[in-house]
Amino acid sequence: MVEVRRVVIVGASLAGLTAAETLRDAGYEGTITVVEAASSLPPDRPPLSKQVLSGEWEPHRAAPPSAERIDDFDLDLRFGVRAAGLDVGGRRLELPDGTLRFDRLLVATGASPRHLSRPEAMEGIHVLRTMEDCLAIRSDLDAEPGRVVVVGAGFIGAEVAATCRSRGLEVTVLEALDVALGRVLGPEIGGVVGDIHRDNGVDLKLGVGVEGFEGSDRVGGVRLNDGSLVAADVVVVGVGVVPNTGWLAGSGLTVDDGVVCDETCLAAPGVAAAGDVARWPNQLFGRSMRVEHWDNALEQGAAAARRLLAGAGEAVPYAPVPWFWSDQYDRKIQLAGWIDGADECKVVEGSLPERRFVAAYRRGPRLTGVLGMNRPRQVMQFRTRIAEGITWDDALAELDQGGDER
Amino acid sequence: MKVVVDYDLCESNAVCMGILPEVFEVRDDDFLYVLQENPPEDLRPKVEECARRCPKQAISVED
Repeated sequence: MVEVRRVVIVGASLAGLTAAETLRDAGYEGTITVVEAASSLPPDRPPLSKQVLSGEWEPHRAAPPSAERIDDFDLDLRFGVRAAGLDVGGRRLELPDGTLRFDRLLVATGASPRHLSRPEAMEGIHVLRTMEDCLAIRSDLDAEPGRVVVVGAGFIGAEVAATCRSRGLEVTVLEALDVALGRVLGPEIGGVVGDIHRDNGVDLKLGVGVEGFEGSDRVGGVRLNDGSLVAADVVVVGVGVVPNTGWLAGSGLTVDDGVVCDETCLAAPGVAAAGDVARWPNQLFGRSMRVEHWDNALEQGAAAARRLLAGAGEAVPYAPVPWFWSDQYDRKIQLAGWIDGADECKVVEGSLPERRFVAAYRRGPRLTGVLGMNRPRQVMQFRTRIAEGITWDDALAELDQGGDER
Repeated sequence: MKVVVDYDLCESNAVCMGILPEVFEVRDDDFLYVLQENPPEDLRPKVEECARRCPKQAISVED
C-alpha cells in the first residue's frame, strides 16, 4: 500500500459511510474525515417512501445500516459542513471555514430532487429525499387530506402513491409520459405497473404536463397543460434527481451528469467518486452509467475505497450488475442489469396478466437485464448469470431445460 | 458462527442468495431458507457481506 495518511470523504450517506467502513476493514489506520452538509447522519432512504411515510415505523428505525458500528470506524465526522470547492492538483478541499488537505478524497455527495417550483412557494408541495421531507409529508397525510397528487410516476412517485392508498387516501398520479415507470421499465411492464395502481384505486393520468400550482399560502390544485385543474391538498413531486456537483466547478474534475470517473471509479489522481453522483464506464455492459440505487451506493462506496488505497497496478474495474427493488402494494419489482436501449424483451417465466413474471432483455447477443415481479429468486439467479456474461441463447436454453437449478 | 435471520424484517429480496447460495435460498414460495445455520468458518467473509448488503439488514452473524 502506498503511503496514505489523510482520507477525506465528502458525504456521509450510504456510499460515504460504506467507504469509511471499507477503509478500516482494509487495515487503513490514518485519519478519515467525513464532511456532511446535513446536520446529522442521513437516514437509510428506502423506508422513507414506505414504512416511515406510512407511519408504520418511527424515524429512528430508518437508521443507516452501519449506524451501530460507526463509532468503531474512528471518524472525524463533521456535520453541517457543506464542501465549497475542490482543488484536485493541490489536494485541498475548500470548506466554508477553511481548507482541508488530503492524500485521498472520495466524492459521495449524492443527488438532489428536481423541483417544479420554488420549495417555499406554497405550503403542501413536497419533494421526498430527506427524513425532514418525509416527516413533512407524513404530517400533511396525518391531517387526512381529501386528495394527494403525486407528480411523476417514477419509483418515488409510485411508492408514495401506494403508501398513500394504504393509508386510505385518495390519490391522483400525473405523468408526462404515456406509461407509468416507462423510463425505467419500458412500455409493456410499465403498463402492468400502471394497471396495478389503477386496480388499487389510484387515479392515474398519463401523458399530462404540469403547468403550475394553484392556491395562496397553501396548495389547492395542480394546473395541467390542457388548462384543467386537479384539486390537491398535498402534492408530492417525484420527477427525478440531479447529481450534487455544483461545488466542483473549477475543481479540475470532469462533470457530465455526474462526476466522470474511469472504469475503476477514479476521477483524478487520488480522487474517486461513488454512489448517485458518480458516472463511470461499466465494462460489463460497455457503457457509461450513473446508478441511483441503494445497492450500488453500498457496492461502489466499497469499490471506490479500495481504489483509493490501491497501489500501482492493483486497481480493478468496477463492473457490477446494477440491481434494485421497489415494493408497491403486494408486488415486489426487481431489476437486475441494464434494460435501457435493449433490442428485445421477452417474458420468460410467468405472465404479465398474473403479475408474477420474469422478463429478460437482450442487447446484441447477450442477456443484459432481467425484470421480475414477485420473482426474487429468479432475478437473483439471472443477476449472477449476467455477471458471468451469459449469452441470450444460452440463457433461453437453460430456461428450456427447466433446470433443477431453477 | 451462527447465521440468524430476522424474518420480521426479511422481505426476500434474495441479495444474500446472490452472494452465497450455499447458505441462503429464496424458494419459489418467495420465502428465505437458511440452508446452513452454522456455516464453516471459511465462509465468514461472505456471510458478513450478506449481512452488510441485505437491504433490510435482516441478517446477523453470531460468533
